[in-house]
Amino acid sequence: MTRHIDIRKNTYLDSVSLMSMSTKANAVEGVTQALLGMATPMNKEVLANVGVQDPAIDAAKPSDLMIVIDAADDLVEDAIRSVNDILARKSSSAAGEAEIRYRTLDGAFEEVPDSNLVLISVNGAFAAREARKALVAGKHVMIFSDNVSVDDEIELKNLAHDNGLLLMGPDCGTAIINGTGLAFANAVRRGSIGIVGASGTGSQEISVRVHDFGGGVSQLIGTGGRDLSAEVGGRMMIDGIEALAADPATEVIVVVSKPPAEEVADKVLGVLGATGKPVVVCFLGSSRTESGYPNVQLVSGTKPAALAAVLATGVDESTLDLHALNIPLIEEVRGKLAPEQKYVRGLFCGGTLCDEAMFAALATFDNVYSNIQKDPAYVLGATAPSREHTFLDMGDDDFTDGRPHPMIDPSLRLQRLVQEADDPEVGVIAMDFILGFGAHEDPVGVTIPAIEEAKAKAAARGQHLEILGYVLGTDLDTPAIAGQVAQLEAAGVTIASSSTNLGLLAREFVAKGDN
Amino acid sequence: MSINSLFSTDLKPVNLGLDMFAEDLTAQGVAPVRMDWTPPGGGDPEIIAALGRLERPELVEKIAAANEEAVGRVLAAQPFLEGFGQAIDTVPGMTKTTILHAGPPITWERMSGPMKGAVTGALVFEGLAKDLDEAGELAASGDITFSPCHEHQSVGSMAGVTSASMWVHKVTNRTHGNVAFTNLSEQLSKILRFGANDQSVIDRLNWMRDVFGPILAGAMELNEGGLDLRLLLSQALHMGDEAHNRNVAGTTLLIQALAPYILETDFTTKEKREVFDFVASSDYFSGPTWMVTAKAAMDAAAGIENSTVVTAMCRNGVDFGIRVSGTGDRWFTGPAQQVVGPMFAGYTEADSGLDMGDSAITETFGIGGFAMAAAPAIVALVGGTVQEAMGYSKTMNAITTANNPNVTIPALDFMGVPTGIDVRKVIETGILPLINTAIAHKEPGIGMIGAGIVHPPVEAFQQAILALADTIGQA
Repeated sequence: MTRHIDIRKNTYLDSVSLMSMSTKANAVEGVTQALLGMATPMNKEVLANVGVQDPAIDAAKPSDLMIVIDAADDLVEDAIRSVNDILARKSSSAAGEAEIRYRTLDGAFEEVPDSNLVLISVNGAFAAREARKALVAGKHVMIFSDNVSVDDEIELKNLAHDNGLLLMGPDCGTAIINGTGLAFANAVRRGSIGIVGASGTGSQEISVRVHDFGGGVSQLIGTGGRDLSAEVGGRMMIDGIEALAADPATEVIVVVSKPPAEEVADKVLGVLGATGKPVVVCFLGSSRTESGYPNVQLVSGTKPAALAAVLATGVDESTLDLHALNIPLIEEVRGKLAPEQKYVRGLFCGGTLCDEAMFAALATFDNVYSNIQKDPAYVLGATAPSREHTFLDMGDDDFTDGRPHPMIDPSLRLQRLVQEADDPEVGVIAMDFILGFGAHEDPVGVTIPAIEEAKAKAAARGQHLEILGYVLGTDLDTPAIAGQVAQLEAAGVTIASSSTNLGLLAREFVAKGDN
Repeated sequence: MSINSLFSTDLKPVNLGLDMFAEDLTAQGVAPVRMDWTPPGGGDPEIIAALGRLERPELVEKIAAANEEAVGRVLAAQPFLEGFGQAIDTVPGMTKTTILHAGPPITWERMSGPMKGAVTGALVFEGLAKDLDEAGELAASGDITFSPCHEHQSVGSMAGVTSASMWVHKVTNRTHGNVAFTNLSEQLSKILRFGANDQSVIDRLNWMRDVFGPILAGAMELNEGGLDLRLLLSQALHMGDEAHNRNVAGTTLLIQALAPYILETDFTTKEKREVFDFVASSDYFSGPTWMVTAKAAMDAAAGIENSTVVTAMCRNGVDFGIRVSGTGDRWFTGPAQQVVGPMFAGYTEADSGLDMGDSAITETFGIGGFAMAAAPAIVALVGGTVQEAMGYSKTMNAITTANNPNVTIPALDFMGVPTGIDVRKVIETGILPLINTAIAHKEPGIGMIGAGIVHPPVEAFQQAILALADTIGQA
């Protein structure tokens, strides 16, 4: 132990700074005790109380600075240097202007009065309260959060309606307003097709298909999944449709949703009929084929919806690549599967994509299980093993309780993929990979090792396991679609060109013998 | 405003929630307004419901009017120093066996180490016990009346221990007529109010009783007009004080105002010289004066029906208590917190007692931690930069009702100090008042060992919002 005493004549530092520096000096490596103070009688007494006495200290005057450092012998030189640096107040003020963040929405609105939309993704228990504040302040609102009560949703949507504001959500995953993607959205061209969607990934899929067919999106308004229920009554859907009807940049309107409550469907179709603009409606899984309005066309899938919309803008169909189903491919895959490989397992991030694939399967098979099945006899919980044809929406609440959405955290889906490969009756595993804002930065790359493991397991028992992938994304997304597709192809994955085709191909691959 | 007008306006989003959405927006060239949001009421559904009840439109107006009245009184208050007197002669309810203490009510058994040290020291000083051991027995005997300063129109720094023969300031709020009291600074740092109680402490108290108090009292008897404390305080802030932990300017101004009258008293030159030397020995001489100034202003705002403005914040070393205008004399309490800040040489955090004293009346009024931007010289207390100190004062605007035009901060373009803490805003924002304060050693008999910042416990505000929802929300 070495004691270093330094008296600096006529050096003044205020007591508060000295206390602060003392605290820092005591934290220097090797220092057992550092005492910094002006040589006032009180401070000298403090030193004496802790056993520090020295003639130099006795002789020091109140205008002198006292520095006492006790440090390990081998570290004392370093310690002195460090303490000197502290005393020299080497500034660390390079931090610069911190970004301003506001504690309350009212505070933010006061400082940024021209803000016009609030994207809310806080815990659902608090989302309604914040949304109400935003609406009262005259701001449009998108609620990404789920777990908001129906009562709150209705109250908020009434408030928004009365004030001419958007209330997208709750549980609204996607929107594109004025060309800007909000929450989960893909980078697509701006154009003349306006979309109102009650299903997030369905809206994303249609926007991407529109982009792929050379079209563009004017606005994409999300409503939240419950909007077309009997209780909520399509409040946001109707306001959204009317806004697109009045929007000069929108030539064609697309509506996408799971089948609405019957009376709500009638009401929505009535509003669509009155727009006078060409309208394409995709109520996924609905058996309805006639809208009753000449300008309103009902279609069965997301790809037909996008195609119809693009054609309605006046594009010549013969100029488009329609990505028709590859019949020889279907024959080739059927030839590779063993007779017992009868089943499809679908592992999805996107709810609408899962829905669309499941409906495709249901058109041919009865034994289709899912966590989002309507028929209770075929409902499968998140922890239950797959059986026969199984389609899992892994972004649904049963799977996301307490963990992030699989579009962000793929770990649960990777486990499930490897697990499904243990079942010798599985012929096809269908998967979606969603790119874009909010999504995982490399959803394919992170899945490749599990794909290889799954294929290897099947190969070990002499089977070919067909993995069918669909990448929802565009050339403008980050990462772009081409690189993701190339990675999948290199891993032996068959690529579907759309959500609709994913469902059809999966079904057809295992449909041999049933036809 | 309509949905279609949004389509023809540049999108200017506010991102409340996941940061990744803000980053995606920025990447698209639409940088959002960003939030540093926490759930209101700490996320407690009962608290949020109470807050919600007070947000009903018909109540919002009533509360706004009541708070305007409460804060209006604080801003209009004109505390004047009228004189000094001994507690037994001036403080309401004082008896020879009463010990006033800081903070909300507390029994002897629950008192912290430093407060016990101060109590026993005071009992010896008053001649009620011959030594500290006997004083401890007396304190526990039930023969001594313990009562919060705040319940006697008073405030007390740190332990706040005030006994019958101690001299106190007498301050009148000339606008509203209420009177407030506080005892005299013992200066720093091995002193009764920090729990020290050896003979040197008792000797000082004796001198204060026999010389210091009488001279100050005599001086103020000669000053018939009294001293306008708000004016002095306002000047002190313009000279770099925040009037809680930095009192260099205020002390200079106060002694300058008192000096001519001190000179005119009949005491000996030696005694007057002792007084000046004693005042010069520490900047803290005027600390209690600003506390009692704040107390005189805040008491004028007490008891206004429907008001959610905080009228007192104080600590006894165990509990932190607040009072709210609309709930009158009720205390809402939570555990006193650890003060964080630089310590005197030789001490560490493990030595520090918990937050103590009525001095948080300064923050309640809008100075102290709330006026941190006025006192860049002591930013080291908050461990940060001058820029951050500026930020502290501005942050306090988020939980207060008004800015005091009579007490301003030059560096913030003469922004008035944030005044009138609103319980609703504290609960909603999760921002707790910032308090600058001193640190006492946790054991009796030692004294001050540092200074720093501390926040009230959120529990006190949660209790207050529940009570407010019950009283105002019932109507």
